[in-house]
Amino acid sequence: MAATAATTDLLAAAPPRPWKPAPLDPRLYQIGALAGLLAFGLLRLDLEVRPGYAALILVTVLAAQYGGTRLGGLPVFDPRSALISGLSLCLLLRTPSPLGAVAAGLLAVGSKFVLRVRGKHVFNPTNFAIVVLLATGEAWVSPGQWGSAAFFGFLLACLGGLVVNRAARADVTAAFLATYAGILLGRSAWLGEPVAIPLHRLQNGALLIFAFFMISDPRTTPDSRAGRILFAALVALGGAYVQFRLFRTNGLLWSLAACSPLVPVLDRVLPGARHRWTAGPPRRSA
Amino acid sequence: MKRTLVLTAALVALSGPRAFAFCGFYVAKADTKLFNQASQVALVRDGDRTVLTMANDFQGDPKEFALVVPVPTFIERRQIEVVDKALLDHLDAYTAPRLVEYFDEDPCRARYLEESLAVKAAPAAAGAAKRKDLGVTIEATYTVGEYDILILSAKESTGLETWLLESGYKIPAGASAVLGSYLKQQMRFFVAKVNLKEQARLGFTFLRPLQVSYESPKFMLPIRLGTVNAKGPQDLFVFALSGKGRVETTNYRTVKLPSGTEVPRFVKAEFKAFYKAMFAEQVRKEDMRAVFLEYAWDMAWCDPCAADPLSPEELKKLGAPRTGPSATPNVFVSRLHVRYDTQHFPEDLVFQETADRENFQGRYVLRHPFTGQAQCAAADAYRRDLASRQEQEAQNLARLTGWPIDEIRRKAGGPTKITESGDAPAAPWYRRVWKAIARD
Repeated sequence: MAATAATTDLLAAAPPRPWKPAPLDPRLYQIGALAGLLAFGLLRLDLEVRPGYAALILVTVLAAQYGGTRLGGLPVFDPRSALISGLSLCLLLRTPSPLGAVAAGLLAVGSKFVLRVRGKHVFNPTNFAIVVLLATGEAWVSPGQWGSAAFFGFLLACLGGLVVNRAARADVTAAFLATYAGILLGRSAWLGEPVAIPLHRLQNGALLIFAFFMISDPRTTPDSRAGRILFAALVALGGAYVQFRLFRTNGLLWSLAACSPLVPVLDRVLPGARHRWTAGPPRRSA
Repeated sequence: MKRTLVLTAALVALSGPRAFAFCGFYVAKADTKLFNQASQVALVRDGDRTVLTMANDFQGDPKEFALVVPVPTFIERRQIEVVDKALLDHLDAYTAPRLVEYFDEDPCRARYLEESLAVKAAPAAAGAAKRKDLGVTIEATYTVGEYDILILSAKESTGLETWLLESGYKIPAGASAVLGSYLKQQMRFFVAKVNLKEQARLGFTFLRPLQVSYESPKFMLPIRLGTVNAKGPQDLFVFALSGKGRVETTNYRTVKLPSGTEVPRFVKAEFKAFYKAMFAEQVRKEDMRAVFLEYAWDMAWCDPCAADPLSPEELKKLGAPRTGPSATPNVFVSRLHVRYDTQHFPEDLVFQETADRENFQGRYVLRHPFTGQAQCAAADAYRRDLASRQEQEAQNLARLTGWPIDEIRRKAGGPTKITESGDAPAAPWYRRVWKAIARD
């Protein structure tokens, strides 16, 4: 029988190995966690996400990823990263028009294929799309909509922690949160504000999404641990500057976008091993 | 004895039976005020320009009135106005949650009517203070309308506190730290009190709203001073006017008030109590950690209208942005209602304009059953649905307000009896079936 023969050939080609469960791709955890958060936001927090727009964003990112794969000559269409970008956009970005939703999806995935230095994309795709749309004034991010319920923060942290640990880039998140918390607590102490104020700012769902799902993106953070910690601290400082000096909202999103072009420089000064999502021979992927 | 009232920033009197402060510490007659301890603020944003109009319904001795508001910049004379209270009343009426009535059609024919009622929010209270020692600098003094206004800056909070106390203002314990944090952020204090001579000359028996405009990227309302010595939670209404779209808070959840719900007819007579109870219940459900959006609408129109939209002249007086030299201001209004205290609202309210121009209104629906004569198959179906609809209305009301369901059912008076002849109760189902068969 033909099928049996093919199987036999494969077995013959591979050296015999003891069976071991393959490690799950951390991106699957991430997709699950983001989808769960989106469902929670829609059902419990009345996030102003229009299901139609969310669907439009997801379809756009997948289509853009497919188009980019074909045009860029990548070996396989891999929807995982695009889905992560799409779900993050659904969670954070608010736009009043379907055009905004489509533009966000195209910008996010497009930036991955176009804005590259030394084989790495420069910007976190979600961050790039959000910042461009914020600059147009046609979209906004509602950082307060997640509220500060402790339970929710805890849940997010757990989910996020899981994701980051699987992606082995917990150092960025930890360094970022430590620096940012330090700045908020220090500033409030200097101003003589009660500690409830910085704690209220830290108990914010949007901050946790940023820390666990955006800045931790292993594809856009520096390769070396020292580089990543430095990068995280810079982003935290920049975010605080935008918020407390320029008095603009979404300081962290602006700061991450502004600091991202520094990553190639940090990689040159502080080189390290390039991140790969799964075990196997390195290959170019977006 | 002077009593210091502060906008969004109240320095509360320490003692005395009428120790109230701004942002609603001022307690008016409970029967005429829907929300006691409430303040009203119109907040106009155009680029980095903010125009803040603070209403106050202070009815005590004008000598006891004082207002202290932290402001992000130095304020020149031309940046201060005294405006007509009617402006804010109009804004309040236009944006108020509304009750709409529908009369069921004759199920066999058709009829339609609509009417609207609206509830006004409570007006606000507003709140006052000379010399260059103690590190306090009087940067300017103005007399505007019936008010004497000082713009103060200070090197440190204890000096400012001492200065205010020595100048006759009552400062609550704990205010010093809050004053200090504003000073370190290079904020000034706008201090207003009543000039009795001017007030007598102008002939106003009440205090008109004060308006301050400034250029600053800070789009916020300072509420912390007002909570220092507050006795319980306070209500604040913010009427935010923007050329762009809906305004929301960035550091607290902004939640839409439930809307479009059908409620029993007796609510018409108790609409104010309903609104109050519903708001309290929604605050409870959100654990008192949300700002409620009660209205968001393009100022050019309304449907149904609780009051006419504000005229271009009125909007201009509130400082609304203009799209062109002669064009009608292109204004989108957001009515935000927040009940706050220090525990649940530790930091000042920070706002942002969004590109969202989708209209929203707090709207509650009464449906009057058809009570005329009706004899047709559709009327039978109508009768069957009516009882379950009215039970649903009772449950909606219980859910919105937290009122006991049995009490609601009692007040609603049970299902409306619709008769074929208009006076006899509906026949039991088996008779109706029999009749229908017999008719055939």
